[in-house]
Amino acid sequence: MAARPKTIVVGGGLAGLMAVIKIAEAGIPVQIFSFVPVKRSHSVCAQGGINASVNTKGEGDSPQIHFYETVKGGDFLANQPLAKGMCEAAPGIVYLLDRMGVPFNRTPEGLLDFRGFGGTLYSRTAFAGATTGQQLLYALDEQVRKYEAEELVEKYEYWEFLSIVKDSEGACRGIAAQDLRTMEIRVFPADAVCLATGGNGVIYGKSTLSMVCTGSAASAVYQQGAIHANGEFIQVHPTAIPGEDKHRLMSESARAEGGRMWVPRDGKPWYFLEEKYPRYKNLVPRDIATREIYHVCRVLKLGVDGKDMVYLDLSHIPAETLNRKLGGILEIYEKFVGDDPRKVPMKVFPSIHYSMGGLWIDYEADGSGNIVAGSPRNHQTNIPGLFAAGEVDYEYHGANRLGANSLLSCFYGGMLAGPAMVSYAKGLERSCDAVPASVFEAERKRQEEACGRIFALSGTENPFVLHQELGEVMTDNVAVVRYNDKLQAADNAILAFMDRWKCIDIHDASTWANQAVSFTRQLWNMLELARVITLGALRRDESRGSHYKPDFPERNDGAWLKTTLATWTPSGPEFRYAPVDISLLKPEARKY
Amino acid sequence: MAKNTIELKIKRQDGPNVAARWEEFSIPYKPNTNIISALMEVRRHPYTVQGQKTTPPVWDANCLEEVCGACSMIINGKVRQACSALVDHLEQPIALEPMTKFPLVRDLVVDRRRMFDALKRMHAWIPIDGTYNLGPGPRVDPNMQAGAYSLARCMTCGCCLEVCPQVTPTSKFIGAAAISQVRLFNMHPTGKMHARERLEALMGEGGLQDCGNAQNCVHACPKEIPLTESIAAMGRETTAYVLKRLFGG
Repeated sequence: MAARPKTIVVGGGLAGLMAVIKIAEAGIPVQIFSFVPVKRSHSVCAQGGINASVNTKGEGDSPQIHFYETVKGGDFLANQPLAKGMCEAAPGIVYLLDRMGVPFNRTPEGLLDFRGFGGTLYSRTAFAGATTGQQLLYALDEQVRKYEAEELVEKYEYWEFLSIVKDSEGACRGIAAQDLRTMEIRVFPADAVCLATGGNGVIYGKSTLSMVCTGSAASAVYQQGAIHANGEFIQVHPTAIPGEDKHRLMSESARAEGGRMWVPRDGKPWYFLEEKYPRYKNLVPRDIATREIYHVCRVLKLGVDGKDMVYLDLSHIPAETLNRKLGGILEIYEKFVGDDPRKVPMKVFPSIHYSMGGLWIDYEADGSGNIVAGSPRNHQTNIPGLFAAGEVDYEYHGANRLGANSLLSCFYGGMLAGPAMVSYAKGLERSCDAVPASVFEAERKRQEEACGRIFALSGTENPFVLHQELGEVMTDNVAVVRYNDKLQAADNAILAFMDRWKCIDIHDASTWANQAVSFTRQLWNMLELARVITLGALRRDESRGSHYKPDFPERNDGAWLKTTLATWTPSGPEFRYAPVDISLLKPEARKY
Repeated sequence: MAKNTIELKIKRQDGPNVAARWEEFSIPYKPNTNIISALMEVRRHPYTVQGQKTTPPVWDANCLEEVCGACSMIINGKVRQACSALVDHLEQPIALEPMTKFPLVRDLVVDRRRMFDALKRMHAWIPIDGTYNLGPGPRVDPNMQAGAYSLARCMTCGCCLEVCPQVTPTSKFIGAAAISQVRLFNMHPTGKMHARERLEALMGEGGLQDCGNAQNCVHACPKEIPLTESIAAMGRETTAYVLKRLFGG
């Protein structure tokens, strides 16, 4: 084994940058690949905050309660040791971020301030205005820049990950990537590779996600043999502003700070969540709030002006409080809608928001369910040497994620994945430098040929139109309310899109900064993943967390308390199921 | 009168070393459309108003919520984020051009690497002992937090550099964004301990002394960051630092 292993992290959001920092801190060089400059990654869109049971408000909160609420919020589908490890690490993580200079809101005494959030009755969420994700990402970006100045980190920005390089034993030995300016395809050897490439909401066309969140990288490795788990669990956030290009998130923190949801009924405001959930009121978990809004708009037909729209009302809260705690999202509403939420209720509707599912990853826990620090198994996929962290992995959140747990799981995932990569790389008998050059050359050639085929597409279909149609099919049939006949129809539609993909007119022959070629490649990967989501949903005949079938309205632990595992085959995903680790908390009815 | 179409003029350039051209597009009107939605519509039907087949326009964008800083471009002569530029507030035909102070990549995409390089030169980070669990950070006055937060929202979008007469494609001036970041890190209780490194860098080539005080930056900033205050504050801080260095103390 070479004295200094080579490592690669793909994706420069919170999870990726944290993995990079951990690797660099161990004195090991790391190359980071990102579609956009890492500072522009999707983590910037997280608004409300990051959970940590620091218990500074005398409420008796503890990491154990956080763990219980995370597992219950996820409808008992999460593997419990990792969720426990995350919740226990959370206070230390928030302190570390504070030390890195994140401008968290403060109490009058100068301590970290915390607010409430969905699925809990405790003040557990640290926040920096309403742009917490942006501030956290910037803190990590700055730390990485320090390592970049020390030449331990090498950035490849405006590069697209295409595939991993597998050796004759099937282990990951590096990646193939494309420079999005010169369109040159190169291979990069590495002893350990981590994908931290985020979610896949762009498969649904319009979502709260950023444009890069196509799931393309995850799909590429799924097509190379990585297992994709729990794909059918897609979180639909209850409150977003519908738009033509995307749906803009209105953070759950709006409700945590006292925002109320209502629709007019018989000439008076009807606070439908407060009436049905007197304890949690407007802060029931997202899957529940979303289904209630659908019920109000689609079944009761009580949406504002008869449309798919409900009110999120902050107008009773003092403007000074709103500015200090929610400024960032008020600005978004003002800029994009034109109304002032300090004065009039905001009009919102649910939107695709987060993928609980993702690449299957392993972990190592001891007999008490504690994660073994530094174990190479942590966050490793079924492909040796390939790791995954952040929204791209399937862990932590089960069937539904609690608000303000995503920044936490990204951070914690990166903290585990980095050291795991180092352990794995150091334990290798043969370094990537000893792998024959022909192995890398073969993958480069495969990718060149695939890219050549995209350049040669000269049919009649427009890739961006196809994507729009895919989004409509997924949003109409594979979102909040799911029926088996509609799911089957959606899969048929995806197959038809796959045929039409082959008839695309690429419209752009340029070998310089060709976005059409890149997008068309990602579109195919989106189609592959869309089938995983749709067929996984079709098979799961129960209702659990975000996955809701009116024909099977109950959770069915006897038949379905298990993880969905999808493996790629040329004729579509093949499904198996694995038990969930419920060794620490016994499943119970999920009531709020 | 109800509008039925949106008229766009896009400055197209296939690469850094080829001539630019204007192309005109007409797309169906929809209320609440922003420039990104309009560009997406053009991409779905990449034909000019003359019916000529063309390549889909190339632009930078990511979050579309004005927090990532990617989609800066010149819209009707004014540099801003394309995501928050609403068509209903713009005179038509709407002219879209790339920023001019950065190397052009293609169409509306430019290379803003100089901004990230400047952050590196300015030591724009808080040095920490390690990512180990070392307990809580320093206590922070809530007023200082509010001030830091307003500076910390800089998304490196480049609008302040685009409008600055001192920034040219060949000048070394780091611009208001990086100067303001030095102020941010120098006000932090831990960052303060290493203020000297940043002040030294700020007094180096392309640093604070290249500011011409045109004050365009503060008006162009989409996040309303008090950039001119930052420049003034850093002027005072570097002066105090120089005096201290000269006379000791």
